[in-house]
Amino acid sequence: MTTENIDKNQLLRFSTAGSVDDGKSTLIGRLLYDSKSIFEDQLEAITNTSRRKGHDTVDLAMFTDGLREEREQGITIDVAYRYFTTPKRKFIIADTPGHIQYTRNMVTGASTANASIILIDARHGVIEQTKRHSYIASLLQIPHLIICINKMDLVDYSEDVYKHIVEDYEKVSSKLVIKDIQFIPISALEGDNVVSRSENMPWYLGAPLLHTLEHLYIGSDNNKIDARFPVQTVIRPQREGFIDYRGYAGRIGSGIFRKGDAVTILPSGFTSKIKSIDTYDGSLEEAFSPMSVCMQLEDDVDVSRGDMIVRSNNQPTPSQEFDIMLCWLSTKPMQMRNKYTILHTSNEQKALVKDVVYKININTLERDLEDKTFGMNDIGRVTIRTTKPLMIDAYRENRVTGSIILIDDSTFETVAAGMVVSK
Amino acid sequence: MSKYYLNYLDELESEAIFILREVYAQFQNPVILFSGGKDSITITHLAKKAFYPAQIPFVLLHIDTGQNFPETIKFRDKLVKELGVQLLVGSVQESIDEGRVAEEKGKNASRNFLQITTLLDAIEKYKIDCAIGGARRDEEKARAKERFFSHRDEFGQWDPKNQKPELWNLLNGKCFQGEHFRAFPISNWTEMDVWNYILREKIDIPSLYFAHEREVIWRNNSWIPQSEFITLDKGEEVVTKKIRFRTLGDINITGGIESDAETLEQIVQEVAAMRQTERGNRADDKRSETAMEDRKKQGYF
Repeated sequence: MTTENIDKNQLLRFSTAGSVDDGKSTLIGRLLYDSKSIFEDQLEAITNTSRRKGHDTVDLAMFTDGLREEREQGITIDVAYRYFTTPKRKFIIADTPGHIQYTRNMVTGASTANASIILIDARHGVIEQTKRHSYIASLLQIPHLIICINKMDLVDYSEDVYKHIVEDYEKVSSKLVIKDIQFIPISALEGDNVVSRSENMPWYLGAPLLHTLEHLYIGSDNNKIDARFPVQTVIRPQREGFIDYRGYAGRIGSGIFRKGDAVTILPSGFTSKIKSIDTYDGSLEEAFSPMSVCMQLEDDVDVSRGDMIVRSNNQPTPSQEFDIMLCWLSTKPMQMRNKYTILHTSNEQKALVKDVVYKININTLERDLEDKTFGMNDIGRVTIRTTKPLMIDAYRENRVTGSIILIDDSTFETVAAGMVVSK
Repeated sequence: MSKYYLNYLDELESEAIFILREVYAQFQNPVILFSGGKDSITITHLAKKAFYPAQIPFVLLHIDTGQNFPETIKFRDKLVKELGVQLLVGSVQESIDEGRVAEEKGKNASRNFLQITTLLDAIEKYKIDCAIGGARRDEEKARAKERFFSHRDEFGQWDPKNQKPELWNLLNGKCFQGEHFRAFPISNWTEMDVWNYILREKIDIPSLYFAHEREVIWRNNSWIPQSEFITLDKGEEVVTKKIRFRTLGDINITGGIESDAETLEQIVQEVAAMRQTERGNRADDKRSETAMEDRKKQGYF
């Protein structure tokens, strides 16, 4: 792609979920191969390996193998990232394994995604794993969900099979909160409806997968209403021409800031006005998420890392005790009332889990009010308490100011991810 | 469409700046690993933008194998002067002289692997807690698994099966004394993105990336530059070709490609039409299917 396209082209991040047999790796291999994102030397390496393993055709799934053990065992261990570009968009795929530590990996891959692809094997229809993946997509508030009903070639490209699965799935999704769901019948192996329209399924009138990905409307995926600017660091150049410069550097979490806006610094509550919004390429009249900028204020107030600059007429609620949906990510179980480090935007405090409200049975999606233990891959609603107030918004409204992680102080591992439900 | 969106290059830039600022805020003694290649040059450019109007708050660390292109060293020294940053050099030759590592033998001997010891020694000596690198996930299959903040244990080892999950934009840079992190701000960039960015930002890069006449030898399917480190095999001959380099490593293992691309615009056009990966001409990656993973586990870049 040349420079003319860059001004218009946006980035779309999507995650893929499915198990070993759903054909997820084949689908990704197909997208990369058919969009000409695979290089000759990569193809050659995989052709050689396919031949050595006794396969007649090139196994597209091998494009996504990474680590030695993955190649040996034919499994995916960790989230891997893949890239491809079309004349319309640049894509980042978070390829998450479907079986081992699925919740942990799926949550990780989905946390920054605009869209998620869920694969259903046409022969098996909606299974428990489909429900789990859909639940996590809903929990993480992924704006767009694309359900690919794969292996249509193995069910004679039957419209009835497809329709039946769509109906079944709609029973599942009616209980979830997902803004945009689309269904596409595909065969990743044969290439039907992946990049080009399938001749085997004339009854399907929708677009193929790639076209769908290229045209998803992602303009409203970012919150442009609530102006939030978490301060990462203070910039004070000790050099001529900038002796009095004091700027607050950060990436705008959500919303739009304009020069002259009345702002409040949280948690102190000091107020001021935006004097300038600076970048290396010059000062701006306005800036929006997710731009990285440096702000100067009219008044000499105390601002440091962990503080948040917000527009005075629209503020998050500083809270010390609130409910979150918690995903436990560590093999070491959660300890109630143990002190963890909590990260929220650029703010770091201590927190403890005060109470478990309920746990979700990830297979039935039912609430369990009895079990108060949290181990690896467990999800549920808990109440946490922090040493100092955090400037939170509900995750549903704001992915940046509504998300937290917990760190175990004895191992420094990231042990949990949380999404703010309410104050 | 609303005007409040970024194009993908601006979004990648903003993400990289965010990560560089997190490194600065979370670590005591971070450095930029500087090789003189386009990716580490891009990192210094991003650092300049991230902290403007202040100067880059990082020291540059160059692991010098002693088998560089002379142009790379000249470029490095000029850039360091322009940026006003401090340069630290870890010398592989010194590691050899001190007996820390032994030179490889044979025709394809290289100091590529030896860099690991020199790098880890430098990290220990200067008490570096975070080394910022220009590695990208699209480069190589093991690198596709990297985090933005990638943990290294006290032996400098990477444990790819046991990495901290990285969610949203919340980066956990906590580790024990003696351990360190590697930070990769341009993880999500592809080779094409880097070139488009260099073109857009008019970033100065070494002349080696542009097509030039050079004495070369055909070896391992690419044009290896003639230098003092090359011993000719029977049947090999030195010829003059118009070539350029897609990546820069040591002079004795980095192959060039025949090219007429003399401007950045031409390079971008050429890269867009390429059917080989950029590391396809790097002998260090060709040793085995998991050559990169094996080196990375031991502490490689």
